[in-house]
Order: sequence, then C-alpha cells, then structure tokens
Amino acid sequence: MANHSSSIREPLILGTKTYHQITEDISRPIEGKANGMFKVVFTISALIALWGVGCFAYTIGTGIGVWGLNKTVGWAWDITNFVWWVGIGHAGTLISAILLLFRQRWRMSINRSAEAMTIFAVICAALFPVMHMGRVWMAYWVLPLPNTFGSLWVNFNSPLLWDVFAISTYFSVSLVFWYTGLIPDFASIRDRQVKPGMRKIYSILSFGWSGSAKQWSRFEEVSLVLAGLSTPLVLSVHTIVSMDFATSVIPGWHTTIFPPYFVAGAIFSGFAMVLTLLIIMRKVLHLEDYITITHVEAMNKIIIITGSIVGVAYLTELFISWYSGVEYEQYAFLNRATGPYWWSYWSMMTCNVITPQLFWFKKIRKSLMATFIISIFVNIGMWFERFVIIVTSLHRDYLPSSWTMFHPTFVDIGIFIGTIGIFFTLFLVFSRTFPVIAMSELKTIVKSTSENTNQTHH
Amino acid sequence: MSKQVIYGVFDDEEILLNSARALRGKGVRINDVFSPFPIHGLDPVIGIKPTRLSNAAFFYGMFGTSMAILMTWYMMIHDWPMNVGGKPSFSWFENMPAFIPVTFELTVFCAAHGMVLSYLLVNKIYPGRKAHNPDPRSTDDKFIMEIQVAENKKVAQSEIISVLQSTGAIEINQKEL
Repeated sequence: MANHSSSIREPLILGTKTYHQITEDISRPIEGKANGMFKVVFTISALIALWGVGCFAYTIGTGIGVWGLNKTVGWAWDITNFVWWVGIGHAGTLISAILLLFRQRWRMSINRSAEAMTIFAVICAALFPVMHMGRVWMAYWVLPLPNTFGSLWVNFNSPLLWDVFAISTYFSVSLVFWYTGLIPDFASIRDRQVKPGMRKIYSILSFGWSGSAKQWSRFEEVSLVLAGLSTPLVLSVHTIVSMDFATSVIPGWHTTIFPPYFVAGAIFSGFAMVLTLLIIMRKVLHLEDYITITHVEAMNKIIIITGSIVGVAYLTELFISWYSGVEYEQYAFLNRATGPYWWSYWSMMTCNVITPQLFWFKKIRKSLMATFIISIFVNIGMWFERFVIIVTSLHRDYLPSSWTMFHPTFVDIGIFIGTIGIFFTLFLVFSRTFPVIAMSELKTIVKSTSENTNQTHH
Repeated sequence: MSKQVIYGVFDDEEILLNSARALRGKGVRINDVFSPFPIHGLDPVIGIKPTRLSNAAFFYGMFGTSMAILMTWYMMIHDWPMNVGGKPSFSWFENMPAFIPVTFELTVFCAAHGMVLSYLLVNKIYPGRKAHNPDPRSTDDKFIMEIQVAENKKVAQSEIISVLQSTGAIEINQKEL
C-alpha cells in the first residue's frame, strides 16, 4: 500500500497511534470505572427520563386531554417533538451511509456515536405519534392486519400510514446497520477481557465473530449495500414526514417545497446534535486524538450548507406565498412573522438562518466553544421551525370564530423534557458499554492519515 | 484424526500480504487469515471468491416490491375499495402514485433485513456462538495466517516455515487440532 496521505490535508488521527493503541483508547471507557461527574450527569438524565415516563403514564391513564391541544390546534408540541427528533436522527444515517458512499474518511471517527444518536432519537420520536393515538394499546391497528377488527384495511393513500412504514423501516434498518458494524468491535473487546463475566457478555454481543478473511469480505459487501440502501431511505423518511403536512389543504402546509426543505432541515439539526454530543464526549472519554478539530470543522461546513438551504427555503416560502396570490396563503405567512407567534418565527429565523452563517469565519468554525454554542442555537431553532410550521398554521382556522392560541400544559412540557432525558440516558449508557468509535474501520486509515506516518512510511 | 496447523503471526497487514503472495508462488494453500480489519487485496491472493450477498439483496428487494404491489392491490383495490375524499379506488395503476412510498419502504426493508439475515447465516455468527479465531490478539493488532499441513503435501513443512520467517512473520506457532 502506498502512502495516500496528503501533506495538505490535516491528519484525521492525531499523535503516534499503533493498532494496539487504538484498541486501548476505545476500550478504556468500557473497562474503566465511571467517575463522579458521570454518575451525577447520569442520575440527572435518568431522573428527567423518569419524570417523562410519569407524564407519559399520566397521559395514557387519563387521555390526551391532559395536553394543551384544543379543537383548532390538534397538533402542537407532540408532532413538533416528533418531527424534531426524527430530523435529529438523520445526521447519523447521513454520516454512516452517504459519507461512506462518498468515501469520506472523517466519517469513521464519528459514525458509531452518530448512528447511536439516530437510534435513540428515533425511539424518542416514535413515542409521540404513538401517544397521540390516545389509546396506545391499539397502536398495532396501524399495521395492515387482517380485518377481524372491523371491515376496513389501513388506508394506503394516507401519508400518516406512509409514515408508519417509513419510520419502522428506518428504525429497524438503522439498527441492523449499526449492529453489523459493532460485531467486529465487540469481538475486539471480548478478546481482551480477563474477567469471565465481561468476557461472557461481549462474547454474546459479538456473535462469535472471528475476523476470518471470508467474514471480512462479506462484511465489506454488507456495509456497502446497506449504505446504498440507507441513502435513499434516509431521504425518503423526512420526505414522507413532510408529506404529513404537504398533502393537506392547510395554508402554510400545502407547499411542494416541503420534502427537500425538510430533508435539509433534518440534516442541519442532526449535525447540530451530533456536535453537541461529540464536543462533550471527546473531552469526557479522552478521544481528542480521534475526534479532532478537523472533524468538527467538516461538520460545521455541512451545517453552513444545510443551514443556507433552509434559509433559502424560508425565503422561497415567503416569496411563493405572496406570488401565488392566494389570500389564505399570504395571510398564513404574514401571520407567522407578525401575528401572536411572531416571537417563535423570529427565534427560528435567528437561530437557523443567521447563527450558522458565522461558520464562514474559519476562527469560529475551528473553535469548540463557539461550535458548541451555535449547535445549541441550531437545536433550539429547529424545534421552533417545527413549532412555527405546525402551530401557527393551525391556530388561525378558516373561520375566525375558531381562532385560538395553544398553551402547553405541564404534561406537554414534561414529556418533551422527558424524551431529552431518555435520549441522554441511553447515550450515556452507550458511551460506557459500547465501543464509541468504529475501531476496525479506524485501523484501516491510521497508516495514511495519522501524524506518525506522514513523515516515514514504508 | 488430528490436524496439524501452522500459524504465522504478523504485525502488519502489508507484510502479511507479501508473505501470502510468496507462499502462493510456491504453491502453498493458505487456509485462512484472521485480522482485526479487512485486508484489501487479500481475497484473490488466498483464493476467496467474491461474495454473492449483493445479488441476494437484489432478489430480497424485488420480493419486497412484489409483496408491496400485491398487498396494496389486494387491500385497496380488490378486497375493500374505499372512496376517501372523492378519490375512488378503481385500478391499481390509477392509484399507484399513492402506493409508491410504501412500495419503496418495503423494498428497502426486505432487501436490508434479508441481506443481513443471510450474512449472519453464511458467516455462521449468532448470539451464543463460540469464536474460533486462533489467537485473541487477532482482533487487536495481529494478523494471523492459517496453513493446514495436510492440505499442503507437495511443499515441505520446513519450507513453509522458512518462507514465513523470511517474509516477516514475527511468530510461527504449530498446533495439533
């Protein structure tokens, strides 16, 4: 193998790393003891998650009347949270699938944790439409089951049913894609355990992987084909989510720009969440040599692109609503910007359109602190985007007598905060029990992109 | 019957690859190679045929497509046609645009899961299976070549060992299985 490393590109792995050193560094969080800080953060997350579970239980027991929904605003925080979480999930698949097809090697340090984030985010997302059904024990009615429950099949013309298929396919395919990649790394951890208990656990998790040539050959084929399948899948998922709105006749929802605009927004918010998590994780788990400033900068560039697409979409929406000449459409957008929810519209505009543009400055793009703060802004902005689309479009009905406002109850707030708790609890468990970086992939690039081999190479 | 096996342990995949080429040049059959990551270019050297898993995935995908078409036709057109919002269900082709999302999702679902299940099956990996890599270091930083003596009657055992040594193996272990 020739030396492929470029003297112009910055190395993706810092320091002088051997194969063994990579195994050591990635296994350390799993084998070491959690420190006090971890325990405190974990306890807080678990308590918040528990509070969320309590609010969910209260909703199921009493009915969704405990939420702030009313006859005019029938979708509010629940669907906002659903779209927000699904969108966050998209970055994981983009990193692991699309960047694999484009042979972007910086993907390798971050794909494992980004995919974990995808899975946990989709779990949080799925809770909302299921809860919104009210009688959650009948959730299986969305499946095309034989009609012993009545004489009707599910309606395949409905985007809500497309969503059922899209989200379940997306979740299950992401899960197997993630796990397929984890098997060889679990084997690496298994083979270095001395305690029989740990050995047993990782032996089961690794499915008895041995790393023979034939296994690797099949592994590479499966990874490539799964990436190829996940690429259109991830684009289809948010497209279908956007069709929940776009196929309706509500002014503000009924627009053909929604699918690409939602997909760009999803990737935008997903990368923000990846950055929020990874900037903390690299520090806490001492992975600074693997998740470098170069990685952060690459993700920030994606945030500029997708953030700008989202910005253009906002302006296009405004222009088209005026240009269409449809009074309802024009009112819907005027009302968004100047009506009673103006504050949410301008929060969205500030967080999503203005703040990511700061990444044009190299200094800001390469600063961890600035990136972290802007990523939080984007997370908030993208939540407001969904809130603006859903609530401001609904709260002014066709009949002015139906006009109203939406006020969240403590249950609305509780389940939203609760899912954030669930998300962080799952991610914290992941960070101490799973190999957070795909070691077997990273070992394939250490020769061509680390500092030690940039000078001397055989 | 006991089988005699020679294990050549390497600490670099490129050295192993050159060694494998040298051994193959002498007509030695290499039984297997265990490594912590895929070694590119090794498969043709040790005579591993390309996997046909992607062909299988294509057929699983086609199965998903057909199932989705059959299901939407049966449920929406044949068994219980509904008129939702003034959009009646007369024929499958007329309603096809509405069925594309579900058809696409089921295609991906079947292709992905079918392929992964086949992958687990042909690789013989499942929870509870015992790993059979000869040395635990082969999932960390060592690359291990496995040569079965019984399969290489034409080449002297001492010659295999001397080639392994001269091409950079850091350890050579002989085992009776």
